[in-house]
Amino acid sequence: MTDVVSSPAGVIDKPARRDIGIKRRYRAERRFRAYGIAALSFGLLFLALLLWSVVSKGYTAFQQTMITVPVEFSEQIIDKDNERATDPQKLMTANYPIVARNAVAKALGVAENDTAGLRAVNQMISNGVRGQLRDMVLANPQIIGTTQTVSLLAAGDIDSAFKGQIDLSVTEQNRKISDRQVGWMNQLVEAGALGKHFNTGIFVNGNSSRPEAAGVGVALIGSFYMMLIVLVLSLPIGVAASIYLEEFAPKNRLTDLIEVNINNLAAVPSIVYGLLGLAVFINFMELPRSASLVGGLVLTLMTLPTIIIATRAALKAVPPSIRAAALGLGASKMQTIFHHVLPLAMPGILTGTIIGLAHALGETAPLLLIGMVAFVANYPTTPMDPSTALPVQIYMWANEAERAFVERTSGAIIILLLFLIVMNVGAILLRRRFERRW
Amino acid sequence: MSTPLILLVLAIFAIVCYVVGTRRALAIAGGLSFRLHSRQGYYGAFVAICAIVPAAAVLVVWLVASPLYINSTIHDGFPAEVKAQSEAQQGLSFGMVNSLARGMDVLTLEEIDAVGANPAELRSALGAKGVPLAGDPEPWMVASAGDLNAMQKISNRVMTAIVLMVALAGAGLSYVRIAPRFRARNRVEKVILSALVLASSIAIVTTIGIVMSMLTEAGHFFGRVPAWEFFFGTVWDPRFAAAGAGAASDGQFGLIPLLAGTLYIGFVAMLVAVPVGLFSAIYMSEYASPRVRSIAKPLLEVLAGIPTIVYGFFALTSVGPFLRDISAQLHGLATGEYVNFIQAQSVLTAGFVMGIMLIPYVSSLSDDIITAVPRALRDGSLGLGATKSETIKKVVMPAALPGVVGALLMTASRAIGETMIVVLAAGVAARMQLNPFEPMTTVTVKIVSQLTGDLEFTSPQTLVAFALGITLFAITLCLNIYALFIVRKYREQYE
Repeated sequence: MTDVVSSPAGVIDKPARRDIGIKRRYRAERRFRAYGIAALSFGLLFLALLLWSVVSKGYTAFQQTMITVPVEFSEQIIDKDNERATDPQKLMTANYPIVARNAVAKALGVAENDTAGLRAVNQMISNGVRGQLRDMVLANPQIIGTTQTVSLLAAGDIDSAFKGQIDLSVTEQNRKISDRQVGWMNQLVEAGALGKHFNTGIFVNGNSSRPEAAGVGVALIGSFYMMLIVLVLSLPIGVAASIYLEEFAPKNRLTDLIEVNINNLAAVPSIVYGLLGLAVFINFMELPRSASLVGGLVLTLMTLPTIIIATRAALKAVPPSIRAAALGLGASKMQTIFHHVLPLAMPGILTGTIIGLAHALGETAPLLLIGMVAFVANYPTTPMDPSTALPVQIYMWANEAERAFVERTSGAIIILLLFLIVMNVGAILLRRRFERRW
Repeated sequence: MSTPLILLVLAIFAIVCYVVGTRRALAIAGGLSFRLHSRQGYYGAFVAICAIVPAAAVLVVWLVASPLYINSTIHDGFPAEVKAQSEAQQGLSFGMVNSLARGMDVLTLEEIDAVGANPAELRSALGAKGVPLAGDPEPWMVASAGDLNAMQKISNRVMTAIVLMVALAGAGLSYVRIAPRFRARNRVEKVILSALVLASSIAIVTTIGIVMSMLTEAGHFFGRVPAWEFFFGTVWDPRFAAAGAGAASDGQFGLIPLLAGTLYIGFVAMLVAVPVGLFSAIYMSEYASPRVRSIAKPLLEVLAGIPTIVYGFFALTSVGPFLRDISAQLHGLATGEYVNFIQAQSVLTAGFVMGIMLIPYVSSLSDDIITAVPRALRDGSLGLGATKSETIKKVVMPAALPGVVGALLMTASRAIGETMIVVLAAGVAARMQLNPFEPMTTVTVKIVSQLTGDLEFTSPQTLVAFALGITLFAITLCLNIYALFIVRKYREQYE
């Protein structure tokens, strides 16, 4: 036995406080926690920044500057030789921009022989007035020769200037609108002729090279067709595949392969699906390019794995007791699944489907490859017609150089995000309302 | 009848069969359904299935086979001097015959008689009807087009007749089999089961389709450009055919610069996403109160729900210009000369924004994995006096490491395959350099830029996209399989 050092009188020394670095360790603890908070805030900060940057740039796109002036539908300009009864092309091709220009020039008091002035006035109104006035005249040829009060689309630059997006303090040469036009603009504002109106055009118009006349109407129809195709194809196929894999498939190498395969397909880059669509649907099966049918098929293949994974999870969540009860009462396996398990799994399946659809709605890359970047100004009537899609429209506008297109792009993004929010909130509500916990 | 009309007729016929079959079964059982082996609906369904499934199969086979047969017959009927022409020339002639045939459908009989004498007028006559022709038709083409139309008409009539007959026969044969002891349910369920198997095989078919289509097209490409020049070439310069002359001007298709750009941008993205995502996941799973967690987690996942085109636009219009301006300011403060050293389109811009996009992938995947680490491990460490952060660093994270690595690999494969952000924010210049402030380009950008615009499926300039695609597919596939392998292996430990 070794000697135990003990103090006299048998009193054990109070051990000196060993320094176990408690302060340092607590500091490290606080630091670690702060890293976590910082990381989380960083992520949320950029979410906020992203949304703010889109909304702040884009909310003005829902208002459009209009010039409301009395327009004289002069017979002199539209149909000088009174040929409209014999030549139907006459009213189609008449020089409507001059009509609009004269109307605005008159309101501003620009002399008819002031060529430079008239040209400057012409720059203030959009090219879109051609179609606007033409449609008015074609709808009612009686208005030729009369004077009507019309709200004309202002040109993109005037629109931007009026919304304060063009810095008017820089020198005249360096900005897109001249001092004279600014003066006129203010003159029209004072007269109450120039003002902002709600922009229905952005929802209904087709694409246009002029930002003030461009809209996402065609893209919305195209996206709608594609979502319809995706829903009609991927929901039944996805549910059928999941039922087989989850309920019937024997556990063997083949089903294991299918399982690994589906998980991998969910992670294949979306652009690869575009290549597949190009090679198989367009090159091999010779379906038309730019058609929403092809887009829908490609997006279906892309969405299927997502839906299968969600459906299998939903089927798995139905407790075995339900199956046992149905089988015990004499139902066949097929009846058990279709009459009892599937209805109970339906909320989960639909939630997964909606989320899959939302992903497909925002997908751009594969659609670029199958030719949906085409400039389409006319509404598609069937899914076989050339069309475009909302995210592709955003991509096309993002590549435009003009300032006013930034606003349009952001506006289109807001529309896209609104659709996504509605779909996702729908999915959440569905889950909250119908989800059962066993 | 047109195909949609036939389908409609079949659908209506199926409903009729169902109703009739159900009634018949009930009638045989004397109105007492318990005398039947199956519930009466199954008998109806059996009749309906027997009626339409074979008919639909015949329809599909006919629709695929008959154009092939007709086209080859028409092709054989071409005059000898046309057959002597090149493949492309023959294709053009065939296109003419096709559009002529379509046009002659539009014309009325009198109009056909009128132009029959003079084929040269056909072009203007068809033009007026909205059917444009590429050139003036030759007399033999008009004859061919007539044959084509006649054959198509006959084929359609025969097809309609056969399909409807098959449907009727199927319905009749199955109708007479209805008897109380007939096991209709088993038959119907067998058909449903095969439909389920068919549906689940679509996943396999898709994969095979991806691999096959890309291999064939990439094979065409490697027929023009040697594979080693593609995989190990260091210069990307796919000159378009118009720029030069002859086969020598095909350009150079070096994969290396694109791959370097892809990996560099992916690396920058991971540099942003991994620390932020991991620390968010740790904070949310270990520190945050349930309230904070219930708000922060869905908010962070919103980032994953935003389409990538929106990130691209954000990078293009906000982050890029911001970095460019701030670099000019910094340079100005340091040297007095305001020059931006960060380009608006750069590796940094694209990588940073992509990193933000990837945060939720890292955080939610690792969150699941960290939460799955058993409570007992934590309690043991805490009970021995370790602080919470020490527990996380020394116990929880090592236990979760394989899963986290798997999650990071999956995230990396997403970074490599990401397209829209890099298309808008990374630039198009294929260069090999190390400066993150300069633009570089990626595999996905080049796939998009080679395939948008005018396409001819014979030039290496477009075919190279498929070679790039198969490379991309192979890389991401390997990453994913490896990640899946790690995650699965890890999951087994605690279950």
